[in-house]
Amino acid sequence: MAQFRVCPDSGFFFDKSAESLMKANAVAGAVSLLIAGILALGVILTRWQEVHLLPADLFYQVLTAHGINALIFWIIFFEIAVLYFASSTLLRTRLAAPRWAWAGFALMIVGMVMNNIAVWQGNSSVMMTSYAPMQAAPHFYLGLILFAVGALIGCFVFLGTLVIARDDRTYEGSIPLVTFGALTACIIAIFTIASGAIILVPTFLWSIGYIGHIDAAMYRVIWWAMGHSSQQINVAAHVSIWYLIVGVLFNARPMSEKVSRSAFLLYILFLQLASAHHILVDPGISSEWKVFNTSYAMYLAVLASMIHGLTVPGSMEVAQRAKGYTKGMFEWLRKAPWGNPVFSGFFLSLIIFGFIGGITGVVMGTEQINIIIHNTIYVPAHFHATVAVGTTLTFMALTYLLIPVLFRRALFLPWMARWQPYVFSAGMTLMILFMLGAGTLGVSRRHWDMDFTGAMLSFEYPGTAYTMMAVAGIGGVLGVLGGAMYLIVTVGSLLFGKKLDESAGLFQGFGVPLAASSYNIIQPERLPMAPKLAVEEHGSAGFEAPGTFALAMALLLCFVVYYFINWDYLSSVWPLS
Amino acid sequence: MSTFLPPSERNWWSTPVGRQEVVWIGIALVWCLIMFVMMPYWHIYGKQNLSNEAYQTTPAHYQAKVDQMVAKYKIGEESGVPIVKPPAGSDVYMLGRLWQWYPILELEKNQSYRLHLSSMDWNHGFSLQPVNINLQIVPGYEMVLTVTPDTSGEFTVVCNEFCGIGHHLMLGKIYVKEN
Repeated sequence: MAQFRVCPDSGFFFDKSAESLMKANAVAGAVSLLIAGILALGVILTRWQEVHLLPADLFYQVLTAHGINALIFWIIFFEIAVLYFASSTLLRTRLAAPRWAWAGFALMIVGMVMNNIAVWQGNSSVMMTSYAPMQAAPHFYLGLILFAVGALIGCFVFLGTLVIARDDRTYEGSIPLVTFGALTACIIAIFTIASGAIILVPTFLWSIGYIGHIDAAMYRVIWWAMGHSSQQINVAAHVSIWYLIVGVLFNARPMSEKVSRSAFLLYILFLQLASAHHILVDPGISSEWKVFNTSYAMYLAVLASMIHGLTVPGSMEVAQRAKGYTKGMFEWLRKAPWGNPVFSGFFLSLIIFGFIGGITGVVMGTEQINIIIHNTIYVPAHFHATVAVGTTLTFMALTYLLIPVLFRRALFLPWMARWQPYVFSAGMTLMILFMLGAGTLGVSRRHWDMDFTGAMLSFEYPGTAYTMMAVAGIGGVLGVLGGAMYLIVTVGSLLFGKKLDESAGLFQGFGVPLAASSYNIIQPERLPMAPKLAVEEHGSAGFEAPGTFALAMALLLCFVVYYFINWDYLSSVWPLS
Repeated sequence: MSTFLPPSERNWWSTPVGRQEVVWIGIALVWCLIMFVMMPYWHIYGKQNLSNEAYQTTPAHYQAKVDQMVAKYKIGEESGVPIVKPPAGSDVYMLGRLWQWYPILELEKNQSYRLHLSSMDWNHGFSLQPVNINLQIVPGYEMVLTVTPDTSGEFTVVCNEFCGIGHHLMLGKIYVKEN
C-alpha cells in the first residue's frame, strides 16, 4: 500500500518510495558533481598555461573523468530524480515498480563506480567520447553500459507511473506542462540509450577481443547519436524545470499550453539529428546529409528553443504584471526576487543558455562555419554555456527548492546560497567568453600544452591566446568556487540544516521511512485542473509580455549579428572546395 | 501555477494563441529558414566548402601513395621530416600518425592542389594555424579537398583531436611561397 506525505509548505504530495528514490538519485548526482568539480580545477589550472599544473598523463586522465562525471553521471542521476518528481509528485500518484527503480539506481551506481575505477587505473584516458580505434579497458565501456541500463529502467518507471496515474485518474484533464516536458526528456532518453547500446555494446565486445574491428567513422556517427541526444535530454529537462520554477515562484501559467507543448514536440521530432554537429568536417559524409541533419531539418528544434525562450520569461512577466508590477517594460523583472537562489539560478541560466550557449551552438553547427571552429576550445566553451550553466545551474536552482520541500531542511548558510548563482555564473561566463575567444584564435581543445614543449617542429600561438586562456583560468576557478558553494550549502543543509516539520535526516531517506507519522495511506485528492482565468490583456497593443518580447528581439539581434560575423570570418580563410 | 497543474481547459489545443507568440514564432521561423538557406547558398556562391570526395583506404595503401610523392618531389629536410614540393595543380598527400604530420609540404600561393589526408592509426585533427582550418582525420578514410592557399608564409598543422600522451608533440608544416 502506497504511503504519502504532504509537504506543509508547498502542498506537494510525496509517495514514500518515490521520495527515497529522488533523494538517493539527487545525492548520487551531487557526489558526481563533487568529483567533477574537483577534476575541473585540475583541467582549468592546466590549460591556464602560466600555471600548467598537471603532467600530461594525469591531465588527460583527469579530463576524461571530469567529462564523464559531469556530463553523464551528475546530470543523469539528477534527471532520474526529476523524472520521479515530475511523475509521482506532480501527478499525486504512487511510483510504479519501486523495486525496479532501486535496481536501476543500483546499476547506475555500479556503472559509475566501475567506469571511474577504469579511468583511475590509468589505461582508459580516452576522453568521454572514447573514439575507436583508441581503446579503453573493457570495464570502462561496461560501466557506461550498466549505467545506461539503470537509467533506462528509470525511464520505464517514469512511464509506468504516468500509466498508473492515468488509470487511477489521479488528475483531471491532461498531464501538466512540466510533466509533459519531462515526458519529452524521457522519450529522447530512450532514443539516446538505444543509440548508446548500438555503439557501446560492440565497442565493449571489441575491447575484450570478440569483435576484430570497429570502423572509426561509423563509431563517430553513432556515438554522437547518443552523445548529442543526451544533451537534448538535458535541454528538455531544464526547460521543464524552468516552467516548474516560474509556476512555483510566480504562480505563472503558460502563455499558451498549445505553443509550449508543440515546442516540446518539435524537440522529440528533430533534436536527434544533431549527431551531425560533430561530424561536419569528417570524411565520407555528404554535404546534403550534413545540411539536413545539422540544421535539425530547417532548424525546427532551434525554433522550439526560441519559443521556450519567449514563453518561459513571458509566463513570468504576465504573472508579475497581474500582481501589479506594470511600470515600464521591465518592472516585472526588476522587482523579481533576485535574492532567492531558486529565482536567480533559474534566470541566469536562462539568459546564459540562450545568449551564449544557444547562439554559439547554432553558429558552430553551421556546416561550413564549423571548419573554423571544429575541435578548438570554442567547442567546450559552447557546451559549458549550455550544460554547465544551462542545465547545471538550473538543477542547482531546483535543489534550493527541493531542500525544504523534499528533504524538509532549512537552507544551511542562506547568505551563501544567495550569492552562489551569481558567483557560479559570473565565473563560468568569464571562462566561456574567453575560451570562445581563444578558440577563434585556433587554440585546440583536449590539449595539454599550447607551447608544444619537446615537439620536433615548433609553433607559437599569438600572445592574446595566452592572455585569453589565463582569464578563462581565473573564470574557471571562480566557477569551481561557485560549485563548491553549492555543495557546501546542499550537504550542509542535509547534515546541519534546521529540521522542518515532518522531517528526517539525510540517511534515513535511503529507502527508510521518515518519521512514521509523516505518512498515511490515504490517497491524495485528485489533482484539479488549473483555475480558469478571464482572458486579460496586459501591456500594450495586445502584447501581454512586452518586456520579454524586447529581450527576445535583443537575443535575435545578437544572434543575427554574430552569425554573419562568423560567415565573414570564414570567407577570409583559404578557399576550399 | 498551471505549469504544474493540468491545463485549465480540457480542450487546450483549441485555445487561441496570443498575438505576441504568433509574431515571435513567425520571426523566429523566418530566421531559421534564412539560416537553413545560407548553407546551400554558400555551397553555390561561397569559396570555403568541403568536397564530398573521400575513399576508404588502409594505412599501408595510403602510406605507399605518400611515399611515392615524397620520393618524387622531395626538395629538402627539416628536423628529419622531408620537405616536398609537388607541382601546382597536382595531388598532394599528408598523413597523420602518432605523433607527426608527414611530410612537410611546400605550395605555391594562389595555386590549387588536391590535398589528400588520412590517418595511420587513431583519429587526428588537422588544424591549420594561423589560418584556422580544422578537419577531422579518420583512420581508414582518405579525404580529398581542393585547397588554394591565398596567403604566403609558414603555416603549422596542429593536431587537435586527442591522440594519446604525445598529442601535444604532433605538429606539421605547410610552407606557401610567392611565385
